[in-house]
Amino acid sequence: MLRLDPETGKQKWYTTDGAKSVLSAIISILIGMAVGMIIIVIVGLTKDNISAKGIWEGVRLVFLGVFSTGRESGALTFGFNPVNMGNMLFRATPLIMTGLSVAVAFKTGLFNIGAAGQYLMGTMGTLTVGLTLGNTDCPVLIAWIAAFLTGVILGGFWGAIPGIFKAYLNINEVITCIMTNWIAANLVTWWFDAHDIFKNSAEGGKVGYIIPLKNVGVVTPKMGTDVLFPGSQANGGIWIACIIAVAMLILLNKTTFGYELKACGSNRHAAKYAGINDKKNIILSMVISGALAAGGASLYYLSGNTEFFWSTYMSLPSEGFNGIPVALLAANNPVAVIFTGIFMSMLNVAGMQLKYLTAYNEYIADIIIAVIVYLSAFSMFIKQLLNGREKKKGGNK
Amino acid sequence: MVFLIQQTLLFAVPLMIVALAGVCAERSGVINLALEGIMIFGAFIGVLFIRTMQEMNLFDKEQGQILMILALFVAAICGSIFSLLLAFSAINLKADQTIGGTALNMLAPAIVLFLIVMIAQQNTIGMVKGGAASWFMLRPSSFGLPKDYSWGFLIDILINKVYLSTYICIIVFVIVSVILYKTKFGLRLRSCGENPQAADSLGINVFKMRYAGVMLSGFLAGMGGFNYALTTAGCTSNGDVAGYGFLALAVMIFGNWTPINIAAGGLIFGLFKCIASTYATLDINGDGIYMLSEIGISPYVYRMLPYVITLVVLAFTSKSSRVPKAEGIPYDKGQR
Repeated sequence: MLRLDPETGKQKWYTTDGAKSVLSAIISILIGMAVGMIIIVIVGLTKDNISAKGIWEGVRLVFLGVFSTGRESGALTFGFNPVNMGNMLFRATPLIMTGLSVAVAFKTGLFNIGAAGQYLMGTMGTLTVGLTLGNTDCPVLIAWIAAFLTGVILGGFWGAIPGIFKAYLNINEVITCIMTNWIAANLVTWWFDAHDIFKNSAEGGKVGYIIPLKNVGVVTPKMGTDVLFPGSQANGGIWIACIIAVAMLILLNKTTFGYELKACGSNRHAAKYAGINDKKNIILSMVISGALAAGGASLYYLSGNTEFFWSTYMSLPSEGFNGIPVALLAANNPVAVIFTGIFMSMLNVAGMQLKYLTAYNEYIADIIIAVIVYLSAFSMFIKQLLNGREKKKGGNK
Repeated sequence: MVFLIQQTLLFAVPLMIVALAGVCAERSGVINLALEGIMIFGAFIGVLFIRTMQEMNLFDKEQGQILMILALFVAAICGSIFSLLLAFSAINLKADQTIGGTALNMLAPAIVLFLIVMIAQQNTIGMVKGGAASWFMLRPSSFGLPKDYSWGFLIDILINKVYLSTYICIIVFVIVSVILYKTKFGLRLRSCGENPQAADSLGINVFKMRYAGVMLSGFLAGMGGFNYALTTAGCTSNGDVAGYGFLALAVMIFGNWTPINIAAGGLIFGLFKCIASTYATLDINGDGIYMLSEIGISPYVYRMLPYVITLVVLAFTSKSSRVPKAEGIPYDKGQR
């Protein structure tokens, strides 16, 4: 049921599928934020140590956390905060990459819940090669590239496992992804447990961390972010992530290979009938997906001052799972992933501000993100609602 | 040896019951990936319940077992309520069940941690007074016998220094298995996971059955979650059950969606888990030699093995898998 503009004869912009995706994403976000706000208010009312002023501060920080500039004479102040902004972009980098990872797999009809495991494999590859080459007299640029590529390749390899299971044995990729996640968690812990040279024992008081890459000098150049956001952790990684996102858009929409991937996602059997090698495409899609997730880890740890807690066999990195809402909100559009990734990390920054400035804590951001994922599960339903409203209003074609 | 068997049981029982929780949901046609989340939620509620009761001074140490049983069922019921979120999105709104489950897996630790930090100003809550061992563990003294009393090898394994909740879970496991496979209700529930259209045509309300499946699943997962928190984590909750929910999924697949195989799978995976956490001090035949630590295999290998085995099993049984045929597909009345 298309509504066409009587003058131009074209579809009106607000009835296009893209506009509806944006609208349903915004609805999900707003409901998620509203739930966060309600929880803040309810908890604030039941706790004696939080006053009405405290509740109002909490609500404001959820929405405007990035613009918070701390407190002045007891009241919250807001304005441009380069440190928060920069940290937001810095934290967005791995989210954009894992979001891309999930989005590319979605395009091929696969649900990559294994981004966490691929992320860990990327972490292992990057840290190992970065620290090893950093200790030799290898040029920094070459060490950086080698570390990045090792991470990416390991992640691609890890993504290939569920891909192969799906392509040749038709086993649901969700199950294999969960298994490979936990295998990766144990494998990475085992690797670092067995190699004491990577463990950070120099700095007292901090047990269980890997030496940060800045100690050996293999770090991503700032590429102008230190001028824009002085004092923050932002670095060139965010630009690299953006370039990769655009490259993915081109790959998916402008190349034959991308078309084949999408064809397999829409209908595997029809694609096969049309002469597309479905098995190859499913595996390649998972390889790319894994490589992207691992690339996120590589960029995150190549920033230099991030420390990896190696005894991770009991938990998976949240970046892997947060890639899912990033991709869902972006309706799997690679460029939109940049913005949704930044949005997610904005929520995280807001959570940290809540922790530092109020009696609340940072987990409210996780609640909002989880609610958004929950809502985006039935984004189709929201879209249908939007369509239904339009039918009633429009009536004729 | 006594220690090994008891520890294995300790690890295996939560796995078994949560794996059965997965079966309940999947047999009714809904993939329940949220097992981990429901476990986390159940664990938190159970611990919170015990904490609140202790603060209100309603229970003494002597009534510890009653308090524990109450907490177990409160956790189970809250797990059931929490799983309604999954049921609503998967059944009523026909949403993608994998994403819905993932959402619950993210939501549970977020809410639980948020509340824990608000309540305790730290990342973990436990009991107000005493510990899991002193309040809830069965000992000769809890039967009014002297401390070093021994019933002999076999009974020692079963009732000395174990938790009653383990046995309650085993009993519930048996009851639910019987319900699923030997009653009219169970048959109807399973039919909704195999061919919902056929079930509907015979007058079975598919929506109701799927709600029942998911809520039963939440009940068992909440119970398993609290059992984990009580026995393995010493009655504390920190928004994490160390991937037990996912391991339970592995057990479910390994057990090919049938209770007896799941019980066996739970025991095998529980043994690996037990070896991994105690391998350095494990003295199997009591001759003072720590055999496993002398072999020198990293504990992470034992921790990894369940997942690797599941992958291998999947690879070899993909043709004869007993996976419910309609799982993951929202029921649409108009579809044939």
